[in-house]
Amino acid sequence: METRPAPPTTRFTAVVKDDCETCQLVAPVLAEIAGAGRDLVVYWQDDGGFLGDAVPNAADRKLEHSFRLGVEAVPTVVRWEGDAEAGRVVGWHRTEWRSLTGLDGLGAELPEYQPGCGSRSVEPGVREALQVRFGDTGIRSRTVRTPPFADPVETCYDRGWTDGLPVVPPTPERILRMLEGTSRPPDEVVAQVPPEMAPCTVEKVAINAVMAGCRPEYMPVVLTALEAALEPGFTLHGVTCSTCFASSVVIVNGPVAERIGMNAGLNALGQGNRANATIGRALNLVVRNVGGGRPGEIDRATLGGPGKYTFCFAEDESDPAWEPLSVSRGARPGRSAVTLFAGDGIQGITDQRSRTPDELARSLAMALQAVGHPKLYEWAPAVLVLSPEHYAIFREAGWGRSEVVTALHERLRRPGSEVVAGAGGVPEGVPPSRAGEIVPKFREGGLLVVRAGGPAGLFSAVLAGWPGGRAYKESHPVTKEIDE
Amino acid sequence: MTLLHDPTAETAPLVRPRAAPPASLDGKTVGLFDLGKSRSDEFLDHLEARLRAKGAVTRRFAKPTNAKPATPSILADIAGGADVVVEALAD
Repeated sequence: METRPAPPTTRFTAVVKDDCETCQLVAPVLAEIAGAGRDLVVYWQDDGGFLGDAVPNAADRKLEHSFRLGVEAVPTVVRWEGDAEAGRVVGWHRTEWRSLTGLDGLGAELPEYQPGCGSRSVEPGVREALQVRFGDTGIRSRTVRTPPFADPVETCYDRGWTDGLPVVPPTPERILRMLEGTSRPPDEVVAQVPPEMAPCTVEKVAINAVMAGCRPEYMPVVLTALEAALEPGFTLHGVTCSTCFASSVVIVNGPVAERIGMNAGLNALGQGNRANATIGRALNLVVRNVGGGRPGEIDRATLGGPGKYTFCFAEDESDPAWEPLSVSRGARPGRSAVTLFAGDGIQGITDQRSRTPDELARSLAMALQAVGHPKLYEWAPAVLVLSPEHYAIFREAGWGRSEVVTALHERLRRPGSEVVAGAGGVPEGVPPSRAGEIVPKFREGGLLVVRAGGPAGLFSAVLAGWPGGRAYKESHPVTKEIDE
Repeated sequence: MTLLHDPTAETAPLVRPRAAPPASLDGKTVGLFDLGKSRSDEFLDHLEARLRAKGAVTRRFAKPTNAKPATPSILADIAGGADVVVEALAD
């Protein structure tokens, strides 16, 4: 083997693992390098027995050397000139190894090339743990050390960080993993969160997403939901502080819903799906923890509602004939988007007898008339969640979104004389000045129709909107595309 | 021991002393601030009539909707245009 002299300050560090065919393959080559007098140390991640006695080696079971060297695959060989890295090769590539080591006959018996294996230091969950143990996490939020022997879940309760349910403790490892779910820098300020108008960084969103139980791939949805909620038109301050029942309802459209496993089918408005449950919860935890919207303090809800824990679902987009909610509200077809609606809980509608679209539209309109109050018109907006069996009646008649929404609006109009204050012996109602008008129940854009639900059941659902929406120009649903 | 990171905004409230209430409303302008709730205007109309009957000078301010906080410009108007203020809602 021809050997080109190396400067006395040259040394080599290699990282290998036993569970790697390429590492096994290069073990004789590493012995050749050591045998040629090169200053070499080989760190092994699991078991170094396969290296034999001819190779100077040391354990790296804690993966500190692997982490500090930034090793992503093994074998990796690094050449040093003094303290400076002068080159590295990853995997087995004969020409590159010869060039790096200055040993021209190196590995003559081996194939020209063989890729390496993933380093243990970058296995799922390991990289972040090593970052915490050996590096600078870059996390700027204040560090809280739990007392000795304390349960971190209880620490979160003690500090007032939870919504009443246990949260996932926001450890630095989990926060780093959550931040992997977005390309946005951790210190980017997303917005000022009411009611305290506190600046909220991507990092703070990630911490609350950890606590909510999100997976990192939910982060773009959580961030966009927060941004949509903070559009002035959504009036998150009012929704949070109101005496009413409302909370932020998050409706997700587009390919992201399927990609992250959201539920638009059976029990779509209920429990059991991680993405549905935790995305909505993360938004509410940000409002609580960053914005200061805590119940009993500035959240003044008289009764509140379960949606204040979480209320998030995806629209069923399985029928291409149905225009997605987001597209009807200006999002581009094929793009993922969230729609934020300030809504109460669920009012079920049972109609098992309507068979024509006209019958069903009349029937659904009767149920929608109760939103706010049967005699309040142009008051709160509403979402109608249309189940598959109800939708089928419209679809078979050739009705799409436009026909359904138009028909509902038409069947919801009433002579003002029937719904003015005092009519029917009920003081509530529209102002007497409207007695001569035909009054619409909802303002234009104030009735959102969404498809969701399981295949069986002639049931749909109404989500009544927050009465702040009576000033529709000031307070209304917001749709925002997700930047993926 | 487990390390956690704070999910809050890490802000602290700024405590400021309340302005002392005036001994009398003589020569003072009473701001009547409509928060935008239903029938706020009716309530403030009644209040204004009673204050004026007692010789008070009044001035009306309003938010467009109770759904949003007062903007800094509205707050500046009130601070510059009234000596005392009644924030009012109704329903």
